[in-house]
Formats: sequence, C-alpha cells, structure tokens
Amino acid sequence: MTTAVAHAIEFDTPTGIPNRKLGVWLFLVSEVMFFTALIGAYIVLRLGNPAWPVPSTILNIPLTGLNTFLLIVSSVTLVRAFAAAQDGNARGLRLGLVATVLLGATFLGIQAFEYHKLVHHGLTPSSSIFGSCFFTLTGFHGLHVLGGVIWLTIVTIKAFGGVYDDGRHLGVELAGLYWHFVDLVWILLFTIVYLI
Amino acid sequence: MADIHARQHPNYLGIFWGLLALTIVEVAVAYQSIGRGLKIGVLLGLAITKALLVALYYMHLKFDRRLLTLIAVTPFFLISAVCLLLFAGLALAG
Repeated sequence: MTTAVAHAIEFDTPTGIPNRKLGVWLFLVSEVMFFTALIGAYIVLRLGNPAWPVPSTILNIPLTGLNTFLLIVSSVTLVRAFAAAQDGNARGLRLGLVATVLLGATFLGIQAFEYHKLVHHGLTPSSSIFGSCFFTLTGFHGLHVLGGVIWLTIVTIKAFGGVYDDGRHLGVELAGLYWHFVDLVWILLFTIVYLI
Repeated sequence: MADIHARQHPNYLGIFWGLLALTIVEVAVAYQSIGRGLKIGVLLGLAITKALLVALYYMHLKFDRRLLTLIAVTPFFLISAVCLLLFAGLALAG
C-alpha cells in the first residue's frame, strides 16, 4: 500500500527538525494530556454511575458518523494539498486548502445543529452528568476545530497570495499537523462517547 | 518552483479508504448485540487502528525523524502511569 518516500530533509537545527515543527509537536503532546484528562474523567464518571444512559438512545449516531466521515475527508484534502505544495503544484495546494476549510466549517455546522437538537430535547450541560460530560468533551473538541478552521483560513489566504509557491511550505505542514491531530482526537471521541 | 526530483508520496487515498472502511465497521459493530466487553475491545481496537493510520501516514510520523516518534509516544507512558495510579486508588477505595 505504501510507496517509498524520501527521507525528511535535513534542517540546520540541533535536532535536524525545524524549530517550529518541533514546537508544534510538543504542543500536540500537551494536547494529548489535555484530552486524556477529559476522557479519563468521562470514563471514571461513567463507571461510577450505573444509571448512565445508552448513548445511541440519545445521540444521533448516523449524523455523527457522517460528520466523522467529513472530518476524515478533510484530512485527506489537507494532506494532498501539502503533497501538492511539495510538488510545486500551487493550484492543487489552493484547492486542497479551500476544500479542507469548507469541510471543517461543515463539521462545525453539523455539530451546532446536533447541539441545537439535543438542547431542544432537554440534554444540556447542566441537565445530567451525561450531558455535562458530553458537552464538555465535544465542546472542547469543537473549539479546537474552530481554531483549526481559523488557522487554515489564514494559511489558505497566504497560499492564494503565493507565499508557499517558492518551495517554503512549512506553514502548510504545521497547520496540517494540528488539523490531523484534531481529526485523530475526534476518531477516539466518537468511539468512546457515541459508540461505547 | 517544482521539485526537480520526482517525489513519491504515501498512498493517501488508500489510507482514506481504509479509514472509511474501519469507520463503517465501527458503526456496524456498535449496533450488534454482542458481549459488552467484546464490543468495547473491538471498538477501541478499531479506533486505535484509525488513530495510528492518521498519525503514521497523514502526520508523517512513519517517514520523519525518530525524535518526533519519541516525542509523540511520551504522553502514553505518562497516561499509563496515571491509569495505574487511578485504578489502584479505585481498587483501594473499594
């Protein structure tokens, strides 16, 4: 399935990795601890509450499954946009970035619709411990998605301005790392909160 | 400026089809009437597989310097330690 890939280009830093890229990775691992704390609290609270509702009886699994699909597609469009940047394909980069921003915004729109329906049916952050956990976990993830959409919008504007046309596309890669991480967290959240 | 050396990229679309298939299987398993322990194990296994695919291929961990892999796995050692302490505490509390 995997084709051969050229090894990472050497950079003139003590680690051989661009300092900004190292910084983003360190930030992402701190985010792993952040979401671990939230998920850990969810698990402990759920194990301690025998009356925990079955998520599929309250949450819209098919709609959220579609949302999960959209987020995964957005990771594909972004990684292909980065590949286009590496290949010197400015048009491919710009199209991929626009598609990613639109898919991310759509994810947020669907989540906002889901929140509206749930609140209308009585599930709020204060209605129950399940509601509190649900809105805290998905809400914090949604904020991360919003931050990613804003970041990617800025990157897209810069791409249309030709900033990444001269082969310096680290900015695209850094935004991509963050976006893929947000997708990765959702993969786990969808399973733990919605399916189990 | 185009890269004069032909760059080979990982099979991103192939990974996508894998992620899509795993997601469909996950949702299908969630609706099955199987033992709860088995269901949780299968669902978590599928989710972790998907997460690894994203991390290794889309985030390029598989092809990047080993230092980044070391950084990426570090929190899981911390998480394991926290889980051990947590469950030990829960067991002592009865």
